[in-house]
Amino acid sequence: MTLLFDGIAYGMLLFILAVGLSVTMGLMNFINLAHGAFAMVGGYITVVLMQRWDLPFLLCLPVAFAGAALLGAALERTLYRPMYRKPHLDQVLFSIGLAFMAVAAVDYAMGSQQQIIQLPEWLRGRTELWDGALGMGHYRLFIIVVCALLTLVLQWVLTRTRFGSRLRASVDDARVAAGLGIPVNRVFALTFAVGSGLAGLGGALGAEVLGLDPTFPLKFMVYFLIVVAVGGTSSVTGPLLAALLLGLADVAGKYYVPKLGAFIVYALMIALLMWRPQGLFVRKGAR
Amino acid sequence: MSETVLQAQGLVKRFGGITATDHVNLSLQRGARHALIGPNGAGKTTLINLLTGVLAPTEGRIALLGRDISDLPAHARVARGLVRTFQINQLFASMSPLQTLAMVVSQQRGLGGRWWQRLGQDAAVMARCEALLALFRLTEVMHQNTAALPYGKRRLLEMAIALACEPKVLLLDEPVAGVPAGEREELLHTVANLPADVSVLLIEHDMDLVFEFARRITVLVNGAVLTEGTPEQIARDPQVKAVYLGHGEELRA
Amino acid sequence: MSTPVSPSDWRAAGRWRWPEGLLWLLAFALPALWPGHALIVNEIAIVALFAVSLDLVLGYTGIVTLGHAAFLGFGAYCAALFAKHIHPDPVLGLAVGVVAATLLGALCSLTILRGSDLTRLMVTLGVALLLLELANKLDGLTGGSDGLQGVVMGPVLGRFEFDLYGQTAAWYSLSVLLLLFALARRWVHSPWGATLMAVRDNPLRAAAIGISVPQRLAAVYTLAAGVAGAAGALLAQTTGFASLDVFALERSADAVLMLVIGGVGWLYGGVLGAVVFKLLHDLISAWTPQYWTFWMGLFLVVLMLVGRERLSPARWWRARGEGA
Repeated sequence: MTLLFDGIAYGMLLFILAVGLSVTMGLMNFINLAHGAFAMVGGYITVVLMQRWDLPFLLCLPVAFAGAALLGAALERTLYRPMYRKPHLDQVLFSIGLAFMAVAAVDYAMGSQQQIIQLPEWLRGRTELWDGALGMGHYRLFIIVVCALLTLVLQWVLTRTRFGSRLRASVDDARVAAGLGIPVNRVFALTFAVGSGLAGLGGALGAEVLGLDPTFPLKFMVYFLIVVAVGGTSSVTGPLLAALLLGLADVAGKYYVPKLGAFIVYALMIALLMWRPQGLFVRKGAR
Repeated sequence: MSETVLQAQGLVKRFGGITATDHVNLSLQRGARHALIGPNGAGKTTLINLLTGVLAPTEGRIALLGRDISDLPAHARVARGLVRTFQINQLFASMSPLQTLAMVVSQQRGLGGRWWQRLGQDAAVMARCEALLALFRLTEVMHQNTAALPYGKRRLLEMAIALACEPKVLLLDEPVAGVPAGEREELLHTVANLPADVSVLLIEHDMDLVFEFARRITVLVNGAVLTEGTPEQIARDPQVKAVYLGHGEELRA
Repeated sequence: MSTPVSPSDWRAAGRWRWPEGLLWLLAFALPALWPGHALIVNEIAIVALFAVSLDLVLGYTGIVTLGHAAFLGFGAYCAALFAKHIHPDPVLGLAVGVVAATLLGALCSLTILRGSDLTRLMVTLGVALLLLELANKLDGLTGGSDGLQGVVMGPVLGRFEFDLYGQTAAWYSLSVLLLLFALARRWVHSPWGATLMAVRDNPLRAAAIGISVPQRLAAVYTLAAGVAGAAGALLAQTTGFASLDVFALERSADAVLMLVIGGVGWLYGGVLGAVVFKLLHDLISAWTPQYWTFWMGLFLVVLMLVGRERLSPARWWRARGEGA
């Protein structure tokens, strides 16, 4: 049961980290392998704020979001936009380049050691239920709650707001949407910013659970890609389910067969891709 | 004595809720000059894709030279003699016309697996290439980069590639579409002079070409065969006139 | 790019020209002229071989892969294990590495037959990471994260001992490079090679002229895996050591970068790219290791923004006449 709980926490975290990637892939048809860098930025912002300026943890979270979002907006406008029309291989190499730059810059600025986050008192500790059959770390509980709330907000924005419908229209067919007067460029920019912000938030939240060091973007990139690949790019629920599955599989795998570690995840991904090679990044409708 | 070289029976293709091909029966005789016409969106290219194996039919069978090919992959059908051209040029951007044809002819002669010999060394292959280049008036441009050729030349190359496959049955998908008037002549001339024993199915919108070329015409509307017959019959058919007059085209009597 | 090439130039494609002979002569002379740098020559030869193998797959056939190091690593570990536990003869070990990697390539080729560029990217990456995990976990056999140490090689062909300067290593690697390079050259200039390029340029049309696209993909992937395995075997044999990073994403990405630098789609692109890359790497790494990743990242970003094709030396070569 504890495994289930931990798996869900991990999965929700992965979802928040990866949902931005999923939406930008679906929206801009752009493979952004540097997405993990925004998560890393959020994590390091939190660390710096807590260690240098004694900011309480909870306050750091929105700052992490904002910081990563601003960075995302700036980069989208300047660097990403010219790359939208280029072939996918170029986009991949480009974003890998960005990721490398981020990794090296952070390594230089902050050193290569793991960063430790001191959680506030009320988030530490554990509650045991049913004679220890279910052990809920309070922090993981916190993660689940926050991520669930965020998911609900996302779903609400997508379905109930004007921005949401503009976004969905642009995902379906950007050209037609532009023809209808939807400011597609602004939709792109805002979506990219929010997606990066969410990644930053995820990085901050996840620092304690996943670890935080300069190699974070590269280490976890495969996981994000799996979430997007399996979950698809045309909804929010798809990546959510995929992330939960992945979280559970990873936690269970590491517990039951520690010898194999991440092997299971990679093997699963390969099998899935071979079974549904067309299922990835396929956009419904014309482009 | 004419034998059926290509036979499609009950071909159906559905995409979700759309029936693109609706129980089409088509029969091509040896040496045929058969045209397939119909308004835009009638499903002509879809039919070609089904015949060549690019698309799998929802229902129906296809036989080539008496043998069922419905389950054969596209490249295997080419080996049996079923060759097509594309409506939009499908060329190999990095190779010159000579290289392209050399490659195609080598492949056709079963030399596509030869890895130890240089391309261009086999005299018989090169002779065939040179003949094809001459036939399609591509000799002056044979070393140029395909991407740099004018559209008409590329269209000629498109057809040359198909001929290099030594087809028994040739499916031409709008061969003169978009070709400027000056270069049409070359193309039309070549189409008209295809070898007599090659069976040709031509998709075309240009009615002049159709009536000049075809001995038999099939009319496709909304994925289904409306009617089939000789050019004279088709020209007189009131149904066909309705379909075309409704689209603003006139048929020659 | 439409300068007509004269017929004699075209027929000469694939034939060795004298400047090339000079180049290779120079390469072989280097370990003798500068014995202190023989080790670098060795490294460059190995990396160039790896890049050439990637060119076959990526440049000539258009298979997008970020996991080609899977075969480099597999060849390395198999050769190392063979030398350690069975027989220290280098050429035999090289053969083992090549065969092992070829078999792995044949198996993995099943994964790249279908799907878009992105699918292939992920699948190939996944395979390499999978092998890395395997090598990590099977630490009884592979030494895990410490790597496989203590690989002592016998003399090459029974006569040439591996010396401390690395001269034997350099000549050994250069010979293998030359051999496989010449072989690859035969392949790409043959009718078979032309069909590969057809698959790259237009798989739809390739099928429409009778080429079995899956067959070509599988064949070239398998062969290229073997060549990469040779590079891996050389690596393990000449350094006496095999470590996990031989499977890492960085290795595959390095090779892609070398091809981007040297030019995709001509074999010398791999060689040229390897030379430039290695020299730059050693130069810049002398400052700090972190800087290297940064500059490489920057280079990639700038290059992609500017446009890959503009910088390709391969185009200059082709304008003159078909090259390697």
